[in-house]
Amino acid sequence: MDEIPNLQHPVAAAADLSVNQPPSETPTARRRLSRIKERFIEALLFLAAFSSVAITLGIVGILVYESSTFFAHVPLKEFLTAPLWTPLFASPRFGIMPLVLGTLVTTAVALAVALPIGTIVAIYLSEFAPPTVREIIKPALELLSAVPTVVYGYFALQFMSPLLQKLIPGLPTFNMLSAGVVMGIMIIPYVSSLSEDAMRAVPMSLREGAYAMGANRIITAIKVVYPAALSGIVASYILAISRAIGETMIVAIAAGMQPNLTIDPREPAATITAFIVQVSLGDLPHGSIGYQSIFAAGVTLFIMTLLFNILGYILRKRFREVY
Amino acid sequence: MSDFKAIIAKRKRQDFLFNILGIICTLVGILTLAALLVDLFMDGATRLNWTFLTSFPSRFAERAGILSSWVGTLLIMLVTAFAAVPLGVSAGIYLEEYARRNWLTNLIEINIANLAGVPSIIYGLMALGLLVYQFRLGTNVLTGGLTLAFLILPIVIVATREALRTIPQGIREAAYALGSTKWQVVRHHLLPYSLGGTMTGIIIALSRAIGETAPLITIGALTFIAFLPPPPIKPQPPFVSLEWLWSPFSVLPIQMFNWVSRPDQDFVLNAAGAGLVLIVVTLLLNAVAIMIRYRVRKRIKW
Repeated sequence: MDEIPNLQHPVAAAADLSVNQPPSETPTARRRLSRIKERFIEALLFLAAFSSVAITLGIVGILVYESSTFFAHVPLKEFLTAPLWTPLFASPRFGIMPLVLGTLVTTAVALAVALPIGTIVAIYLSEFAPPTVREIIKPALELLSAVPTVVYGYFALQFMSPLLQKLIPGLPTFNMLSAGVVMGIMIIPYVSSLSEDAMRAVPMSLREGAYAMGANRIITAIKVVYPAALSGIVASYILAISRAIGETMIVAIAAGMQPNLTIDPREPAATITAFIVQVSLGDLPHGSIGYQSIFAAGVTLFIMTLLFNILGYILRKRFREVY
Repeated sequence: MSDFKAIIAKRKRQDFLFNILGIICTLVGILTLAALLVDLFMDGATRLNWTFLTSFPSRFAERAGILSSWVGTLLIMLVTAFAAVPLGVSAGIYLEEYARRNWLTNLIEINIANLAGVPSIIYGLMALGLLVYQFRLGTNVLTGGLTLAFLILPIVIVATREALRTIPQGIREAAYALGSTKWQVVRHHLLPYSLGGTMTGIIIALSRAIGETAPLITIGALTFIAFLPPPPIKPQPPFVSLEWLWSPFSVLPIQMFNWVSRPDQDFVLNAAGAGLVLIVVTLLLNAVAIMIRYRVRKRIKW
């Protein structure tokens, strides 16, 4: 053991000519110990990496487990088609549609703000802005997504809603429009930063080809760079959609908490996330139908984001361009 | 010839117009951020004083403060960092340095990418069902911190991997050539060299966790709490106590949410005050992260 004090690596040990026998046949106690230690550390690190899979299993398991008792009470047909969501009333109705519509309307408003603005900003930063401007503007815009969402909720209710009330007479204080607009501004950097990265990755020769044909910058950007970067741009759109669907505090504060079967963004309505918050604020006993209903709502939300992510995966594959 | 000039003029005009449009759209984002900060400051600055920071919430708006909620935020962040940092960094090291290319590694990688897209409130539901009820841990600082740790785990893992990836392969080979074991390479070379990048990611992740409200409301955090958790240090042996882990809690964003949804305008001012504290802490964390990133980039030249 004292003969080869510092040789722990097998390659290094084999190279040492003073050791006559191959080291694998007579490993010293220290080397065996160090090998055990290495194995142990690797196992620990693997467990850490695997914990992320355990979290996913936990999420899916709990959602399925808790909502299965809900669906034992409530038929799936009622859940998907009933026009009312009143799980805490004396005579409860369990139609998820009002919440789903609320989620889709606020998401649509947010996307109507974020996708055009985010895309234009991305084209501007990638194709037009001087590098110094880009280096300042990009991190500044990214701060928009660092602001806590509860602060955005405050902003939507106390600033955006009064502002929109001046433009649209008769707009109630709580409405999906102001929540959606603020949410849209929040997700601008998700679209602009990722799309800009994708556009800048487009090879310069493609642009030079377009310029040589006499195209100007904007035509090149729209007809050449945008389609070439579409895979990455679609990924940023999908991320924006997932963010908007799952966003909670802005809609819980500014869009009202009443389930409302409407597609008019000027009206107040609860989203899936707002409903979960509202129920959690009360003190519902574990195992009651109200408690289970938030898991049923959660499953719906989870499936919606999952569907959009799968859609994004398919689109990304379709639009992938290789240079 | 004049046709040609007209076409060129038209195209230049198009470019100019789009340039203007781009600047306007960029300004929409920047000005909204400015409006938000100014609005919050105008409303909240009047409430921001020493008593506000050292008082418990109250039924009377002018006497209410954020003592219990900022202490709660601090303790929750402590638990979150203690859970997410070792776990996330270890996972990052495994995936970048140890993992073999097989289906299991693929599964873990796809899974981490998907976890990053799961809405935060879903993490709250998972923690409510699993930690609070199945494991019977109850709603306390420990479960709150763990919930947020799950939430930011993907961010920490991705940041660690990116930091490790910037280290040139030659560093690893040099260490192996001197007889280092894999763990020695990681421990003595890769971890110190990637520290800057990893720290940036960790700080960004924590700044995100500080503002998270929905998952903590979902697991049943209190919205009104007029006492502090037991102190972590005791006068008699063993001097440290972990009792605070089992204490009920509230956090700054929940306190703000509670105040903002009241009709009384005085409480809305309190909400602005709490929001101001929250946003200053968040922006400071982001500034620190940007600074570290900048210094690391400048110093390290491989």
